[in-house]
Amino acid sequence: MTASPASRTELRAAGGVHEEVPCTHCALPVPGSFIESGAAEQFCCAGCRSVYSIIHSSGLDRYYDLRRELDAPTGSARTTAERYEEMNDPEYHALFVTPASGGGVETELILEGVHCPACVWLVERLGRVVPGVSECRLNLRQSVARVRWDPASADLSSIARGLNALGYPPHAPRGGAKRDAMRAESRAALINLGVAGFLAGNVMLLALALYGGMLQGMAAEHRSLFRWVSAGLGMLTLAWPGRTFFRGAIAALRTRSTHLDVPIALALAVGAAWGLANTIRGTGEIYFDSLSVLVFLLLVGRTIQRYHQRRASSAVDLIFSMTPARAHRIDAREAGHEAVVTVSTASLVQADLVEVRAGEVLPADGVIEIGESTVDASLLTGEPRPVEVAIGSVVAAGTVNGPGVLRVRVGKVGEESRVGRLMQQVTEASTQRSAWVQLADRIAGVFVVVVVVAAALTAWAWWPSGAGVAIEHATALLIVSCPCALGLATPLVMSVACGRLARRGVLVKGGDVLERLAKPGVLFTDKTGTLTEGSLRVLDRHGTDEHWAMAAAAEHRSNHAVARTLLAHLEHSGIARDPRNCETKEVFGRGVQGTLEDGSRVLVGSRAWLVEQGATIDPALDAIAAEHGARGESTVWMAIDGASAGIAALGDAPRPEARAQLDALRQRGWSVRLLTGDRGDSARAVASELGLTEDEVQAELSPEDKLSRVRTATAKTDGTVVMLGDGVNDAAAMAAADVGIAVRGGAEASLEAADVYLQAPGLEPLGELMRAVRVVRSRLVLCLVVSLGYNIIAGAAAVMGLIGPLAAAVIMPASSLSVLTIASLGARRNPR
Amino acid sequence: MTGVLILMLVVALLLGASALVAFVVMAKRGQFDDLETPAIRAVFDDDE
Repeated sequence: MTASPASRTELRAAGGVHEEVPCTHCALPVPGSFIESGAAEQFCCAGCRSVYSIIHSSGLDRYYDLRRELDAPTGSARTTAERYEEMNDPEYHALFVTPASGGGVETELILEGVHCPACVWLVERLGRVVPGVSECRLNLRQSVARVRWDPASADLSSIARGLNALGYPPHAPRGGAKRDAMRAESRAALINLGVAGFLAGNVMLLALALYGGMLQGMAAEHRSLFRWVSAGLGMLTLAWPGRTFFRGAIAALRTRSTHLDVPIALALAVGAAWGLANTIRGTGEIYFDSLSVLVFLLLVGRTIQRYHQRRASSAVDLIFSMTPARAHRIDAREAGHEAVVTVSTASLVQADLVEVRAGEVLPADGVIEIGESTVDASLLTGEPRPVEVAIGSVVAAGTVNGPGVLRVRVGKVGEESRVGRLMQQVTEASTQRSAWVQLADRIAGVFVVVVVVAAALTAWAWWPSGAGVAIEHATALLIVSCPCALGLATPLVMSVACGRLARRGVLVKGGDVLERLAKPGVLFTDKTGTLTEGSLRVLDRHGTDEHWAMAAAAEHRSNHAVARTLLAHLEHSGIARDPRNCETKEVFGRGVQGTLEDGSRVLVGSRAWLVEQGATIDPALDAIAAEHGARGESTVWMAIDGASAGIAALGDAPRPEARAQLDALRQRGWSVRLLTGDRGDSARAVASELGLTEDEVQAELSPEDKLSRVRTATAKTDGTVVMLGDGVNDAAAMAAADVGIAVRGGAEASLEAADVYLQAPGLEPLGELMRAVRVVRSRLVLCLVVSLGYNIIAGAAAVMGLIGPLAAAVIMPASSLSVLTIASLGARRNPR
Repeated sequence: MTGVLILMLVVALLLGASALVAFVVMAKRGQFDDLETPAIRAVFDDDE
């Protein structure tokens, strides 16, 4: 329906789809093995299926019509298994929930996955899914929903589960103080803009009367009155909304950097001083009309720029978002009795004993005292393969426990934990990042020198005609060459580009990101979840269906991640579990043994386990297994009655569009490098499929290694260094790179660290981004040339004494208007 | 004549200033915090 045609063709070419069947929920093609013949609804994943059923049963199907009408970008739904129980705690309510003015209570929730107008419609109809919710208002830009409900008929955890069920997992509104501060700041800026507009409008009206008087004659006392009122309003403009430019200029001079504020402040100061002197003298030109309009137009530019900047979170907020809010602490009581107490994670200290149940997130770093399980450590390693853990294993906060129950002796907690330190590196790296000097600011450095020299020369050349005339012409030069259009050009062009990108599912944090990307350098990319799909899948399977049906019977009680993947694959390939009764025995981390009713013995597990159990190994299968092993894929073996009968290879395949996107990047002059935490063999296998050479790949890297690789590159490379990734393990590297890009489905922390978030699935939006960068670059240069052209012509005229205040007042808005036109023309012209 | 002019100037400025005050109050109450979603919301009003 709304998936881009290009991505579909590529998927089909890669053999991912047999026949084009769009997912009923997200409209992406449904993988062949997932298609249910005869069913009216088809789904690409379990997430989409469950979200669709909620939407459909709540009578909210109009969501799909709206999405089609609005041509909104789509993506497969993500829901979590969380229960959000902690949101009912009194502590949580004390922090985030307030009584609402119209009765009931209200709170804010940060939602994942809201991206389009249809999402607004769906989220705001939450009341139909969760009875008791009286109102739900979404701020699409900030992804914050304000929910009001009646505490007697609904609780917050059920509301959170409702949002989760719709495919928008909610989060506590942490970082609220920062958000409030930003909100106050942008309100103050808006008020400044309003004041500047009011003053500029009034000064312009008075100026009109004065210009009229100049042509038709005007009583001297009226002229003097209007001049004094203009001067008053003009000075007010400079002192109130205009002070931001003086502040900026002083800050730039202090740090000896170049900034556009310097020439602006210079023009404002000289113009105001001379205008005030002339008002007092009662003769000569006053420039307050030009000056106040200048302030207003420049503030318009600043406001647009501010609108496109997004918030960043502190490390503490990030750790909170990754560790659970509550933990089960085991308190020893007298005489060997013990009690399990649920406490808040923040209250855990070193040497506490905590219980971590199946599927729960570990609250702190520690060592396992009792139990064995698998742990999904993808948060830290980026790898989807679960790690087996047993007594004595060291586990980290933020990782997810598998099927077993664990008791963990707490080591480091909070900011001291591994993930905590990682998040601190993220915040540090983003503050240490070298500041980017925008093109307009770099021009401003030269600009100031040229203008000041020209003004001095003008004054010197006109000195023989009298000091008054000389200062008059020099002031006129300074004002007409004030880089107003130059100041507007960058925010306008960037705002148009960011807006267009956002509609296509690419969120850009600030306009300077696009300027940085215009200079190709090194692009580092993560492998798992970025270039690949990021989940373990069965890539290849050998053996008869009948035998695999028997294997399914043996495996079906296992909670091991590999067993679940295999079972899901068999189910979608249409292989039903052997219906006969099967007695099963699982040896943790090795495999499963099953005995069917008729006595036939099934073994499923590693090759070593089969040999251990006395099964013979077929050399043909061995050869196939070796082939897969060389590609870094893991193999699951199956034996029936003591003889190997089949293998399945599990791995993580590259995204179908990855090759084309990387090739396009290389063509644009980027050199691509792969940084991964995965094993060398699987990294190299993926790399060779994507056209990367051996020395462009670095495997088995920790998050800290990735950070140092990126740091070295930013120090050495002249061009821009980009880090493309998805997980927490890439976050620090992303923050340290000149530009960090996060792909869809990434962790919250990586989104905070990234400058660009590809909201649409896959790597397609990366091409979109790079195309936009080129358009932006050429448009920006055109705008700068036009505005500088105006300045040069007007400046030359001023030097020759041809520019009066009226001409100055006309030229400035004219140049701003032409820049505005060039910038917005780009909005309508579609580069596709 | 000058008296009328001064009066008109003051009245004009006061009129403008009252609009400005209204704008400042609205900005402080957060009416301009979200410029995107209300525009979208208007599109849906036909359904209920």
